[in-house]
Amino acid sequence: MANGSSGWGDISTETDGGVRTYTVRLELVDEPGELLDALAPIAENGGNLMSIHHERGNITPRGHIPVEIDLGCTPDRFDDIVEKLRENGVNVIQAGSERYGEEITLVLVGHLIETDLSDTILQIENKASAAVLDVSVAAPEGTSDISSARFRLAIDSGRSDEVFETIRSIGTEKELTIIEPLLGGEA
Amino acid sequence: MRLAILGAGDVGRSVTDLASEYGHDVVALADSTSAAIDANGIDVESVLQRKADTEPVGTDDPSAVFETEYDVLVEATPTTLGDAEPGFTHAQRALEADRHVVLANKGPVAERYEEIRALEAESDGSLRFEATVGGAVPVLSTIEDEMPRNVTAVRGVLNGTVNFILTRMAVEGLDYEHVLAEAQDLGVVEADPSFDVGGTDAALKFVIIANVLADGGFSLEDAAVEGIQDIPGSALDLAAEDGRTIRLIGEATRDGVRVGPRLVPENSALAVTGTRNVVQIETRNAGSLHSSGRGAGGPETATAVLSDVGRLSLL
Repeated sequence: MANGSSGWGDISTETDGGVRTYTVRLELVDEPGELLDALAPIAENGGNLMSIHHERGNITPRGHIPVEIDLGCTPDRFDDIVEKLRENGVNVIQAGSERYGEEITLVLVGHLIETDLSDTILQIENKASAAVLDVSVAAPEGTSDISSARFRLAIDSGRSDEVFETIRSIGTEKELTIIEPLLGGEA
Repeated sequence: MRLAILGAGDVGRSVTDLASEYGHDVVALADSTSAAIDANGIDVESVLQRKADTEPVGTDDPSAVFETEYDVLVEATPTTLGDAEPGFTHAQRALEADRHVVLANKGPVAERYEEIRALEAESDGSLRFEATVGGAVPVLSTIEDEMPRNVTAVRGVLNGTVNFILTRMAVEGLDYEHVLAEAQDLGVVEADPSFDVGGTDAALKFVIIANVLADGGFSLEDAAVEGIQDIPGSALDLAAEDGRTIRLIGEATRDGVRVGPRLVPENSALAVTGTRNVVQIETRNAGSLHSSGRGAGGPETATAVLSDVGRLSLL
């Protein structure tokens, strides 16, 4: 899954009317009622519970049980939820690493190595707000010649046009050819 | 119907050859230097033989074709960009004489759509151009049947030459230059391949489609066009590792035209192989319709011309 490393403070864009999917990881004491108490602030603050993964067999270093919760809400409500959870004494290990709705594959062609592939990856992550899931590079003629790279990206649902536009501009800057997937229709 | 055919290339000759099978007479066939004209129908066999022997097709002047009694002018001279001449003037002369026009030449409808439609509106004749898009594959007639306003987008592969090159690159793991040279040896690609591999040919077809969808407004310069010249074999290899391939895909909507290399799933309807063409017509109420077949070639394109003639004979 595309759990990026960015904290929830990074969320700056709203694209789909505000409701997004978030993941929170909590540590719970293994006592009856603990989970229910932890979930209450989510429902009370307008969060829509999507899934709960209670990792009973998996004890954290502090001897607690990790729980992963997916929920949907607007970014400001998410801030409230995390705040309330912490106020209630729930240990929030990780909050807000966004879940991505869509996976897309594209191929970049050009002087990938000479134009700094790791910088290209960083730019795609930062400027296009996409999580780079994996990169596969083929440079049969050597690194100083034209090479190709296949990128698998996770992006938020409905943002593909925006993401492609940003990646196209990164490509223009580095003189890379971007081979986009054909979306739309029944490609 | 009595056909007057301008252009004696693959398409013009095939229309001449096949017309009688479809119940039509050819009263004139002209290339750029001479014409064979006979109000009772030209002697198709001997005219085609003369052309094959690189002799003049006939003893008449090409412009005399317009003085002949004909019902449909078939315009099959080479596509030209910009002012789309002489195809445009040929079509104009026929429409002004209240005759029907069937275009195999893409120029007039890709570059001067509004003008030619205005001429048609003034004429008792009608204009049809199925053969300009996808050869034998029924693209425009399908759009017409669904009614253009109910079609939201058209996507597809409409250049067999490029598709042949990409297919060979993917299957044989070869580079573009290698496959291009091979394709030129086979005669699949012209000596100057830029019209095909640069995406221009496909773009003209999608411009025509956009014009039909939006009732005009587009010419080649409105299209975003990228070719396949810069794609190395390694890009196709990488795509294949992920169950995908690369095709030169065109897209036409009422908002614009775009042609460029795109990733498509290997098992997608759009991932046709070899010289085949395919279109996906996305409709408002009936989902997507797909048509695939031979998009080029004399007899194939001639069948599109003759199906247009057939539709005109029903008017």
